[in-house]
Amino acid sequence: MRRTILYLTAAAVLALPAVAAPPNMPMFRWENFTIADGLPNNHVFCVLVDGNRVWAGTDNGLGVYENGKWKIYRPADGMAHQAVLSLALDKNTGDVWAGTMGGLNRISPGRIDTFTQLNSGLSNDIVYGVGIYGDYVWTATAAGASRYNTRTGQWALFNERNTPMFEIWVYAVSPAEDKVYYAVWGGGVLEYDVKTERWKDYNDPDGETELVLFKDQGLIHEITTSVSYVNKILWVSTYFGASRYDGRNWHNFLNKDSGLPSNFTSQVKGVDGDRAWFSTDKGLAYYDGTNWAVYRPAMDTHRPEMLVRDADGNITPIAVTTAPAHNYILGVDFQGDDIWVATAEGLSHGIRVKDNSTTKVTKAHEGRQGKSAMRVAKTLR
Amino acid sequence: MIRLFSIFLLCAAATAATRPGDLLLKFLSPGELAVSPDGRRLYVACENSDELRVVDTTTGGVVKVIRVGHIPRGLSVSANGRQVYIANSWDDTVSVIDTQKLETVATLKAGFEPISAVADKKGEVLYVANRLSSDISVIDLRTGKELKRLEGGRGASYLALSTDGTRLYCSHIYPAINARRGPPESEITVINTITRRVIDRIPLHNSAGVFHLAIASDGQLGAATVLRPRNLVPLAHVEHGGAFVNSIVLFGPGFESAVPLPIDELDRYFALPFSTAITPDRTKLFVSAAGSNTITAINVPALLKFSRTHGKDATNDLSASSNYVITRIPVGRNPRGIVLSPDGHRLYVANRMDDTISVLNTATSKVAFNFDLGGPKTTTPLRRGEQLFNDARFSFQGQFSCASCHLDTTFDGLEWDLEPDGFGVDIVDNRSIENLMGTQPYKWNGGNPDLPTECGPRTEKYVFRRWHWSRDRPVVTCGYPATSRCGLFRSLSARRSRAVAGGNLDHFQSQGSARRDQRSDERMN
Repeated sequence: MRRTILYLTAAAVLALPAVAAPPNMPMFRWENFTIADGLPNNHVFCVLVDGNRVWAGTDNGLGVYENGKWKIYRPADGMAHQAVLSLALDKNTGDVWAGTMGGLNRISPGRIDTFTQLNSGLSNDIVYGVGIYGDYVWTATAAGASRYNTRTGQWALFNERNTPMFEIWVYAVSPAEDKVYYAVWGGGVLEYDVKTERWKDYNDPDGETELVLFKDQGLIHEITTSVSYVNKILWVSTYFGASRYDGRNWHNFLNKDSGLPSNFTSQVKGVDGDRAWFSTDKGLAYYDGTNWAVYRPAMDTHRPEMLVRDADGNITPIAVTTAPAHNYILGVDFQGDDIWVATAEGLSHGIRVKDNSTTKVTKAHEGRQGKSAMRVAKTLR
Repeated sequence: MIRLFSIFLLCAAATAATRPGDLLLKFLSPGELAVSPDGRRLYVACENSDELRVVDTTTGGVVKVIRVGHIPRGLSVSANGRQVYIANSWDDTVSVIDTQKLETVATLKAGFEPISAVADKKGEVLYVANRLSSDISVIDLRTGKELKRLEGGRGASYLALSTDGTRLYCSHIYPAINARRGPPESEITVINTITRRVIDRIPLHNSAGVFHLAIASDGQLGAATVLRPRNLVPLAHVEHGGAFVNSIVLFGPGFESAVPLPIDELDRYFALPFSTAITPDRTKLFVSAAGSNTITAINVPALLKFSRTHGKDATNDLSASSNYVITRIPVGRNPRGIVLSPDGHRLYVANRMDDTISVLNTATSKVAFNFDLGGPKTTTPLRRGEQLFNDARFSFQGQFSCASCHLDTTFDGLEWDLEPDGFGVDIVDNRSIENLMGTQPYKWNGGNPDLPTECGPRTEKYVFRRWHWSRDRPVVTCGYPATSRCGLFRSLSARRSRAVAGGNLDHFQSQGSARRDQRSDERMN
């Protein structure tokens, strides 16, 4: 009798739906840098990888990490302002361009040049975004956008008078060979066609800042913070979700129906047409086209946390021992398989763990059922 | 250059000796030189005639004249000797000359006012220093297309390749934009020719115009010629000496930082140091003084020893040069480009205002003979005017010529403390001579209504200070025929009062006049 009950119980447990193994998502060992390590300031707005060097734009200076050491540039060294909001690399010349709260800097070995709205054609000294393609440096500023030809020294100005932008607070730019995209805070997305030199705007089709009436019908929201144009796919981050546009179809992401930990997204950076990284105020999120992974200190315990969400919405916590410095993420850049992350409380270096075939399941979630089955099976042996 | 001639044309208009045909004479004005790897040919860029002249170094004869672009300046020979690259500064192009066919085989587009063109050792890319755009073009020699521009300093002009070909150095004739009333600052831009990127900028403190560079055969020593003016010293203090310190600056792996050292002496200056060359055995260094018509020969071991023992303490020490200068060699007028023969036995010197090449024996440091490039033999008033413009001998102790501030008839980009002298407050900038015609009145207060007033008596007063200028006084000979230079100045009008045409001061001139007449202690800041 006893044996029968045992067999029936085991059968009932084994009949339960098998817990699917979480999808194989990248795992990192995180190393964090703060002022104590030589970082100029813990509030890091942006990060740029330049070969073996890593640049960090912070609230109090620009830092460059090379050979294990930080070197800092501030206004006394020639920077236009101590708050460095954006960074871009000219891959041709090796020059680094920094957008600051007081102008645009070009950092060339041994020299820092400053461009301001008074000494150049820069639209405004508050330079939120900078991007480079070919000979052109594109800037996104608090009062419009501008473009600098590094070969001829010529500036072009773009604002509400010669583009469809109805808001001139421009937050980010992503230039490429065929198109240049701007994120306009409160004004959606602007697209510049390089060949025809024409502008086109993309706005929230429902016009509702508080609601999403028409999902996937267009841009998720007007308050855009970042754009990333990679392999003909446009990724957009907003304070109210994120969007992906393939030139014909929009696909939007909200935290309620995707793996986004929060709709408040400061940056999106596309890896390719299918994969992207999202910097939110509740963690760093990675989307591989189907599944999501979130990396952060847990919101409640502040302990290192990694969560994986599959296509069916199943969320699996992955046991990790390190995490980015803070959950408020402001930007990322890639260094091979590694990732560098700008956070509100330091700069984080995610060192890719190559062998992540063994994933450990924590107690605190749906894995409970699987564990019970294992316990039973053990007993049956 | 044609515009410069036009300016002096106006001044010389009334001179009896000017004949109508004189204005059409085309002088060559050889400015820069390059030599073939086997030493048999000398390539000469002739700025005024828009030519490349090819000289046989054995006979001294011109074997070919090749038409190139407008105002050709710098030139170089490829590592294999098969091409000559010549920068056409007013066409914004570079001519590529085939040295076997002796003809132009390509014309490449460069940046604004290219001055130097140097190819890498493999012959894959051409680097071109563009003066007006202050950058360096990187041009693919296979396609002729520009790959990119590298940011140089202000007025990027002269290039030199390191011996191993991995580094390219660029100097600049204008100083960087700097804090007002601060010393002029410049740089030598260092480019890695493998990555084709700027990797360093060597700061040059208290330096304005920097010209040619030379790299020693062991790659350890670099030298560049540099003007180090004390531009904020009141002009009256020129008599105290050292308002212009003509120098060379040493740099390279053997130096922690650049070390400038004077080539001047206590009471004699060697104005506008332009070009430099280091013998292959690294025993001698030669510098052309374009304003003083001399070549300075320097003992390199003594120079290096002095730089290590005294270094930066000697940058303004006018007695320093006695420790390393061997001798001064008189050559022709306005010696600019110099180049050594590959074996180092000869130094060729381009005498720009004589249309000749002086050939020096480097062992004896003496002129062996001259090559005549075949320019006109008549010296016209316009040509004399240009010779004077470049000649420093009429300034106190030969410190500077007009060309020292008006580099290549443009400007040096510095503010100067010039008259009227309230001492230390009259800061003005010199202007470009180019395109001057038709822009009267002149002077910063508009007080000179025409060119004769601007450059006649004031030039006589401050530069040719040996003469009291007068319309009626007999001409004093000064090495020129009486009917030329002095006749030129004699033809100028008497100095008028500071007034615009019509005799009245406008509102701003009245203000300026009142301020000028104030005592310095009454002046409000």
